[in-house]
Amino acid sequence: MEKRVTFSRWTIGILFAVPQLLLIFTFFYWPAGQAVYWSLTLQQPWGGGNIWVGLDNFRSILSSADYWNSITASLVFAGISTGLAMFIALVLAALTDRQLTGSRFYRVVLIWPYGIAAPALALAFRFILAPEAGFLAVVNRMWPGIWDPGLDGADAMASIIAAFSWKYVGYNFIFFLAAFQAIPRSLIEAAAMDGSGVIRRFWDIQFPLITPTIFFLLVINITESFQDSFGIVDIMTSGGPANATNLMVYKIYSDGFKGLDYSGAAAQSIILMLLIIVLTIFQFRFIERRVHYR
Amino acid sequence: MVERTPILNFVTHVILFLGFLMAVAPFVIVAIASSHNLKDVNDVPMPLLPGSDFWINIKTAWTTADLGPKLLNSFIMATGVAAGKVIISALTAFSIVYFRYPGRTFIFWLIFVTLMLPLEVRIVPTYAVVANVLSPYQAILDVTGLSWLIEKVSGVQVSLSLGLLNSYSGLILPLIATATGTFLYRQFFLTVPDELTEAARMDGAGALRFFIDILLPLSRNNMAALGTIMFLWAWNQYLWPLLITTDQSHATAVTELKQLIPNVGGIPEWNIAMAGTLIVMLPPLIVVVAMQRWFVRGLIATEK
Repeated sequence: MEKRVTFSRWTIGILFAVPQLLLIFTFFYWPAGQAVYWSLTLQQPWGGGNIWVGLDNFRSILSSADYWNSITASLVFAGISTGLAMFIALVLAALTDRQLTGSRFYRVVLIWPYGIAAPALALAFRFILAPEAGFLAVVNRMWPGIWDPGLDGADAMASIIAAFSWKYVGYNFIFFLAAFQAIPRSLIEAAAMDGSGVIRRFWDIQFPLITPTIFFLLVINITESFQDSFGIVDIMTSGGPANATNLMVYKIYSDGFKGLDYSGAAAQSIILMLLIIVLTIFQFRFIERRVHYR
Repeated sequence: MVERTPILNFVTHVILFLGFLMAVAPFVIVAIASSHNLKDVNDVPMPLLPGSDFWINIKTAWTTADLGPKLLNSFIMATGVAAGKVIISALTAFSIVYFRYPGRTFIFWLIFVTLMLPLEVRIVPTYAVVANVLSPYQAILDVTGLSWLIEKVSGVQVSLSLGLLNSYSGLILPLIATATGTFLYRQFFLTVPDELTEAARMDGAGALRFFIDILLPLSRNNMAALGTIMFLWAWNQYLWPLLITTDQSHATAVTELKQLIPNVGGIPEWNIAMAGTLIVMLPPLIVVVAMQRWFVRGLIATEK
């Protein structure tokens, strides 16, 4: 879409865009380029510049078991938490959209979790799920030692998944509810006249009409699970036990800033960037075209 | 609704109520835990009736994590990011929508691409840039030979250096450098009728006049929505402040939470930790509750 009426002094026009361009050049394009450069070079420990090593950084990362472990952990985390958060939000939004008494109240409250900072909710969940105090500790009273996120990798993974899903149920709920409410009432009423029940209407009318939202949220949830998980991991598990929750962004952080391996961290950043770019392109190209019912 | 479905209605109520419990339980548990004394909070299961130590715990958490200045830092950062976004995005969108100049499409795409790569994935190099913001420009001067030229001509060696670690600008600026808001404004500007622009031009208004007197007042809703979202988003940032505030003076409330994780060994002071959590999660919660309408609207419009 273009404007028919515009202003002719285009030098002024460019000036308006300058602040933004300076910012994204300095804090986006330059660092992104820097990451590419670092990933292809190796910093000499005694200073004196970088030496060109080509794809060696990538080779050494891709042959490291730790890195593949981190990718697996990220994918498990992304898969389960996205599935959980989206499924629960979809059910709650569909039911809220039935507009029974009290639905206005749920519409307000179910959004709250998304406002909370990931590290704050992580600390809350760390307490709730702690093995020796809080609530899940009850399980340990009955069967001692069955739950311990500090020692058991699967338990730790379950804890961060619970915390992340809790926050993103609120997020997904907002979008699902908006999508449901955008469906014209007349469609649903017409279907009801034809004798279809609530469940039939859901599967045959509402669900197909919100598929664009589902796919949109799918991509957003997966990318957010790569990024927003950092605070949760850092507060709840610090990547442990035994790297069981060492997700990709956390590994970049610990390799780059604790291990001071800039080249390795940069190479990992590049891989993660590519992954996210592929997901985004997938969203724009594939999904937006296939799923279009209007 | 359309028909009577008593059983389904009952099930709906039950499930929604369970959802409500799930959403609220952590808040309630945090609040109750922060009112217990050390012994009660470590009971299994924790007693659900509030204890009497609420204010003592809040005070302890406040002093242990030095939350006063940290909350102020968070507030400055969040307000700065929100204000910066609201202003800079409006300027950029105005430029893209209302002017025709060579390279406009290119600029549009340049900005659009920034949507794809969040700060988290490019932290390491961004950190290096913030350590000296002028390093990109220094490098450009070096590569193009300009710094050599300047040195020959004026005898001054060019070394640009401006570190932003442990500063508010270092906290704020990189967080503004994305495109989220620009597209929100763009969508809105495109719906503003052309007749309005024509009328303004007929009355002799220039671009700047039109922008300030007509376009901005019309975008008030967008500004509120974008501001709310960005405030929350910035308040909740963790990784970035953690990296660039190597010094305590500029740490934010959210990064301070780490100080409150109970030590292993000894009886964990969960009551203090939860009191701190409560303080840190309260401001964004208040914003969400008070600005709910703008929050939802902003979320859906920015697809953030």
